[in-house]
Amino acid sequence: MQPPVLRLSGITKRFGALVANDDISLDLARGEVLGLLGENGAGKSTLVSILFGHYVADAGSIEVFGKPLPPGQPKAALASGIGMVHQHFTLADNLSVLDNVLIGTEALWSPRSHRREARERLLSTSKQFGLTVDPDARIASLSVGERQRVEILKALYRGARILILDEPTAVLTPQESEALFETLRTLIADGLSIIFISHKLDEVLAVSARVAVLRQGKLVALRDAGALNKAELAELMVGRRVDAPVREPAAAYSTSDTLLSVSELAAGDKLQHASFDVRRGEIFGIAGVSGNGQAQLADALCGLLSAAHGEIRIDGRTVSAAPRAFIAASVARVPEDRGAVGVIGDLPIWENAISEHYREPAFSRLGWLRRGAAKAEARRIVERFDVRSSSLDAPTRSMSGGNIQKLILGRALLNQPAVVVANQPTWGLDVGAVAYIHTQLLAARDRGAAVVLISEDLDELFAIADRIAVMFHGYLSEARRDWTLAEIGLAMAGSRQ
Amino acid sequence: MMRLEPRLRVPPALILTAPIVSVAVTLVLCAALIVWADAPVGRAYLLLFDGAFGSRFAITETLTRATPLILTGLAAAVAFRAHFYNIGAEGQLYLGALAAVAIGTSGISAPPVVLFPLMIVAGMAAGAALLLVPALAKTRLGVDEVVTTLLLNFVALLFVSLMLDGPMKDPTAMGWPQSLTLPEELEFGKLLERSRVHSGLIIAIVLAVALWIVNARTTFGYEMRAVGANAKAARFAGISVNTAMLKTALLSGALAGLAGVGEVAGRAGYLTLDMSPGYGYSGIVIAMLAGLNPLGVVLAAIFVAGVIVGADSMSRAVGVPTYLADVIVAVSLLSMLVATMLARYKVRWS
Repeated sequence: MQPPVLRLSGITKRFGALVANDDISLDLARGEVLGLLGENGAGKSTLVSILFGHYVADAGSIEVFGKPLPPGQPKAALASGIGMVHQHFTLADNLSVLDNVLIGTEALWSPRSHRREARERLLSTSKQFGLTVDPDARIASLSVGERQRVEILKALYRGARILILDEPTAVLTPQESEALFETLRTLIADGLSIIFISHKLDEVLAVSARVAVLRQGKLVALRDAGALNKAELAELMVGRRVDAPVREPAAAYSTSDTLLSVSELAAGDKLQHASFDVRRGEIFGIAGVSGNGQAQLADALCGLLSAAHGEIRIDGRTVSAAPRAFIAASVARVPEDRGAVGVIGDLPIWENAISEHYREPAFSRLGWLRRGAAKAEARRIVERFDVRSSSLDAPTRSMSGGNIQKLILGRALLNQPAVVVANQPTWGLDVGAVAYIHTQLLAARDRGAAVVLISEDLDELFAIADRIAVMFHGYLSEARRDWTLAEIGLAMAGSRQ
Repeated sequence: MMRLEPRLRVPPALILTAPIVSVAVTLVLCAALIVWADAPVGRAYLLLFDGAFGSRFAITETLTRATPLILTGLAAAVAFRAHFYNIGAEGQLYLGALAAVAIGTSGISAPPVVLFPLMIVAGMAAGAALLLVPALAKTRLGVDEVVTTLLLNFVALLFVSLMLDGPMKDPTAMGWPQSLTLPEELEFGKLLERSRVHSGLIIAIVLAVALWIVNARTTFGYEMRAVGANAKAARFAGISVNTAMLKTALLSGALAGLAGVGEVAGRAGYLTLDMSPGYGYSGIVIAMLAGLNPLGVVLAAIFVAGVIVGADSMSRAVGVPTYLADVIVAVSLLSMLVATMLARYKVRWS
């Protein structure tokens, strides 16, 4: 038995009353992939930040290759062979691959550049691990999968022997993910060790040798991946059984019942052409890798972005590009960035509950707010949609992301809207909140609403959408009911049969 | 290493104690300057307090000074709350005063019942009009309002100077650039015998209370707060961000213009170029000291006015330069900013 390359013993970190990491001990063997699993807020990021020297643990110690790692020093972590690939890439778009790899490795005052040797070394590293990239390509011209390869190369170039990958598949198509897993296998064959952070259970089971599960700061399980199945893993992560909502087949609404009709819509610089119809009682899913125009489509469907071409019709009437027009046309809107766009965090919960309707006679009279009516409305939303908060007067940002999302959803769904537009509604939420939001969207559908669900999470779309179309480079594919994972992956990467 | 962690909920007690603590810190820091000037600290502060609040005369002088400061403080507080940074209250104040004098000395034959409100409205409109350009430039073109409002101060002051040296010059003023004197019936009434406190103080306090109510209870106040706290989310919810910002800007400019009206019609009687010792700029300090709360503005304005008035008599008695007043106001702003931050964040050492 070889000594572990990395050993964490008794790592504890508190933030005020919150124990983010509670006495966590782990070790990582040479050539091993360790899956690190946990819900948002379970303590994964804190643990990695401590490992990388961004935080100092209140207690516990770290050993790398048998030597203690001085706490709170990112440089020491780098020098000891720890490399990190962040979920949001840290690359300069306007520089070449080689420049990006070199940033920070050359002395600031050195009169001589080592570009030639660096280039050789980069090419040999890339050959050794089968990570082909053109060192002179500009980052901006690379696909997301290629950029991730550059991030990995950057870490390897700096001599990383332990790689930490934070949600590496979040931005990839299924095929790109498969290619990444292939790369990871090459890396461990060469003796590297990898910590793979994810909340996608299938992936973790597929690539890891062992799985560590964090829950509320505690290490609740550390087991061989072979001895686990998906359901067990979900239960370990959440701490209780989670029942996914069951999707009944769509009720028999007639096909002529088109409620939302988008024709040849182009807007902004990313959305080139989108045409689709959504019927009463249907969830219409829009898949795609992030940045292919979904954000612009969502903005247009929320009234935030005016169309350069084409139009949006609801129940046969054209809707003008203004948030108020969409609210008046009975469109429930759930924006992607719930904290920064969905609510005004500094205002109290009750003021956010009426933010879309404060002008209506129910909530204002001659320019005066009817605070009693507003608070009653907020109370209805909080009770109906299970929003947990200390008081209606508390600032909205004091709530968790899941509760903020329930408030937004409740505000949107309370008045039985005809159309629902939800962009990434479950992004970053815990399993319980995800199930709740899916249930609510399905309920809206069953009541006869036309629901548009824009998501980067294929599992989510396959679980609740009736038809799915794929966005690529601003164009929307035809909607289908019967995609296979491979087909939809190809469509997301832009290939058309 | 020191880290700041945001508090999820700021306790109200902390918000209320922040100004008190920062004034205390300011007095401690400025004590060093008094020692440096070779004066006894305790006596200097006692004289300062005495000069500001120690006698009937001191109190009325402080309140007279506080009147324009409340209005410019409100002008800044209202605009800053909506994240519209109006740094141009000084210019708006002078234009307001100029418009008031123009109406008041125009010789229009109308009874004072008509002319008096007309003079006030003209002053407020002039202040608002000066802010209209930066407000439109910001909402239409995204031009930074800090730069435009700041620079317009100089334009406004030079324009006033032009008028006072030209068409509006008082021919009997022995060559001094000053305007004609307002007729007595257009002056604000005095509140107390043998003092300079005028009814502008009442107007300012009533407006402060009114603004506090507007902020909390009306849809316009809701829009202003929503736009200031998060313009993106306000827009998503269907609030017209540009309209709300424009309305806020006009309100802010009108308040600053009214401060100018009060100074000519309540105190001086005529307009000169040294009428305001920077009331417009002090308004920013006052708004910050008050945490942008309209009621807090009244207290902060009285504090700043007291420091300015008290520093005069302190300077005469113990020989500390009156500049100490500026230093105290400036240091109190800085400590208030630090105190507000410390109220919103927790300091942790790791």
